[in-house]
Amino acid sequence: MSALAVRGLEKRFGGLRVTAAVDLAVEPGERRLIIGPNGAGKTTLFNLIIGELRPDGGSITLFDRDITRVPSRRRIHLGIARTYQIITLFQGETLLRNVTLSLLGLSRLRWNPFVRLARQEALVARARETLARVALDHLAERPLAQTSYGERRRVEIAMALAQNPRVLLLDEPFAGLSVDERRDVLRLVTSIPRDVTIVMIEHDMDVALDFAERITVLHFGQVVVEGDRGEVVAHPRTKEIYLGE
Amino acid sequence: MKRLALAAALVILAAVPLWVGGTYYVNIASQILLFAIFALGVNVLVGYAGLASLGHAGLFGIAAYAGARVMNDGHGHVAVAAGALAVTLVASAAFAVLALRGTGLGFVMITVALGQIVWGVAYRWISITNGDNGISIKGRPSPLGLSLASPAAFYWATLAVFLVAVASMAIFVASPFGASVRGTRDQPRRMNALGYHVWMIRFLAFLLSGFWSGVAGLLYLYYNQFVSPQVVALTASAEALLMVISGGTATLLGPIVGSALVIVMKNVVSAYIERWNFVLGAIFVAIVVFMPEGLVPGTVRLARWAMAAWRPRAAAPVPAPGGEGGR
Amino acid sequence: MSLWLVLAVNSITLGGLLFLLSAGFSLIFGLMKIPNLTHGSFFMLGAYFAVSLIRWGLDFWTAAVVSGLAVAAFGGIVERVILRRLAGAELAQVLVTLGLSFMVADVCLMVWTGDPIQVDTPRALRGSTSMLGVVFPTYRLAISLIAVIFAAALWALLERTRLGAMIRAGVDDPAMARVVGIRVSRLFTIVFSLGAWLAGFAGVIGGPILSVYPGLDQEMLPLALVVVILGGSGNLLGSLVGSFLVGFLYNFGQAMLPELAYVVLFLPMLIVLVLRPQGLFGRQAA
Repeated sequence: MSALAVRGLEKRFGGLRVTAAVDLAVEPGERRLIIGPNGAGKTTLFNLIIGELRPDGGSITLFDRDITRVPSRRRIHLGIARTYQIITLFQGETLLRNVTLSLLGLSRLRWNPFVRLARQEALVARARETLARVALDHLAERPLAQTSYGERRRVEIAMALAQNPRVLLLDEPFAGLSVDERRDVLRLVTSIPRDVTIVMIEHDMDVALDFAERITVLHFGQVVVEGDRGEVVAHPRTKEIYLGE
Repeated sequence: MKRLALAAALVILAAVPLWVGGTYYVNIASQILLFAIFALGVNVLVGYAGLASLGHAGLFGIAAYAGARVMNDGHGHVAVAAGALAVTLVASAAFAVLALRGTGLGFVMITVALGQIVWGVAYRWISITNGDNGISIKGRPSPLGLSLASPAAFYWATLAVFLVAVASMAIFVASPFGASVRGTRDQPRRMNALGYHVWMIRFLAFLLSGFWSGVAGLLYLYYNQFVSPQVVALTASAEALLMVISGGTATLLGPIVGSALVIVMKNVVSAYIERWNFVLGAIFVAIVVFMPEGLVPGTVRLARWAMAAWRPRAAAPVPAPGGEGGR
Repeated sequence: MSLWLVLAVNSITLGGLLFLLSAGFSLIFGLMKIPNLTHGSFFMLGAYFAVSLIRWGLDFWTAAVVSGLAVAAFGGIVERVILRRLAGAELAQVLVTLGLSFMVADVCLMVWTGDPIQVDTPRALRGSTSMLGVVFPTYRLAISLIAVIFAAALWALLERTRLGAMIRAGVDDPAMARVVGIRVSRLFTIVFSLGAWLAGFAGVIGGPILSVYPGLDQEMLPLALVVVILGGSGNLLGSLVGSFLVGFLYNFGQAMLPELAYVVLFLPMLIVLVLRPQGLFGRQAA
């Protein structure tokens, strides 16, 4: 049984076929990397998997459960979370409150208009723990606006980790980071336990290749190469795509 | 420190009929409070949910008209209140379902259209609303046997309702649901991915907003003993929005300050200048262009900045000028 | 039979006026994403300007064009001085247009007083014309004709000129338009002024039928809103069809169900909103 499987996935924008008959099967605990030049349709694929876009054809299954028709807001309840390429955090709030909001999304409490959120001890404690996992608990009370870009990238990941996903989609987690920050994030990502399956989109080859077990190469919405690291790097099509046609 | 200020404010508010000079001013104070309740209601949508509405006077007016009709049909005040609020909630639900079909500016346009429908009905459907002649009612309720006929008594009753409104708003804002609402304002896409039902959250926020607008409308009916189409005109919705943005959206104090500002200006200015609409429009334009975050956040920001500059310790961070905007 | 005919003619006339009014509104909303709440004021202002110009001796049609220009100039100034400052802050722009509409309304009240003013039908178009065995008021026919001419002219502008291409590009994708080198901010001023001219001109030629009075702006604005919501924003066909639809609904509604006139008018709009939020001819949001 795959953790995440995509079969014949199609998406068109007008006449443009952004996702073309994509097949993907990620095993539980796997570390999969998706690469491809700009415009290959990588983020679109994530948007389709998480449900923000509706596919024109094909299916998506999560641990053998068909989620193609499941509304996007329910997919996290089924165990799939994502981070964003462009940081989409709650600017006016503290780090702690950001992560608390993430946890709240899964809890019935989110409909409650009577109790005080700040007094929900269990929730707040778990938020702190999650911040600790990304080594940011010392900044819990800091407003997001006063943190560095690298710290915000880690909060992005914390938001997704907080919800204890079974499958985690990381969309360019290293984008715009300095060498040191990249090292921190890589350490964070590699420390995620094996009960979480990770699919990552990335451009930064050095860091990503360290991390990946299997690699899928997308080009013009299609899967063109797939295999383990050695195979993909040596493949002539990979070189063709990256060095120009 | 904050508790002391709160207690002091309560005492001052409670004593208003005693220190303000004359029944005219007591009435102004009542108006300020009831419109503050309206502004707080509008703020739930505008400030906390990030959905600007220019049709809320429609809900305010529906409550007033419904209350007037129930009363003139011979029912007691409990029925009046229940009837008015029930009708307003149904209307709010209808408004919400329709307005939420649009996003951003589409939402605003739809609320304008909805407000205009209510106005059109109030103006034309003479058999139920009496058109331009409006509907009068006789008498105010007597809770616990106490008459509310005098301005002071009515003021205290309004104050009581106002305090309940503020308290419930404070609870809402600090609650998980309140945080959800604010989340949908700031990052609706992410909220969706985090598992929140964004549409439902907005719908419920609309209902909450409509409820308090209805309460304010009912209070207005009792205050004025008369309701006419003027109450649901676009200018009324604009004034409500002005109250919220001038005081500062997404704060509790903002709508209250805004209400005081608009009511006082309206009454003072009307005494000297005939053209209140011109002034209202000019203030709108001025505030939107020069002080988009509203008076309360703007003043708070300046106060913090001044205090930080005063203290010898350089540790306090100076907030960046330019602010976030209440959007 | 003849009542229906009269209503039909009036509906077409109103539809024609509404087209002139809402075409501008639709373009402004489509291109600049601003629901211009001052648009009703432009209509009323144009009418009032013409009243004064005619009193000072100008003939009807010249007054119409000049009034339009005056309103266009006003619109251009508003766009340049105020709206451009708020570029990107769409809600702020809406609120500003609202505030301005209040200001304009009161100024008109001050200058022209509160009494309704009757505008005389231009002499050449008074009386009636007989067509196909039926007698129509000449002026109403003229308005319908003018509307059709303008519809064709606007269509030609949008489809056949460079300016039109730029406008369409801006409506479709402003970011891309900028990248391609289109001076979007100058385009905004042009479109805003054009919309204002159309509204002002419509106000003048509508004068003999509607007369001019305080509150005219508040009556016309919701009609333009309904047209744009029904027809979809940023497209001419939608404005055309929507305008005539609204014209018919309004007149027939008034005649048959006077108490429910507004409901009859807005109900289709609500239905369209529920079933097809982008309007009958609008493009679906991605």
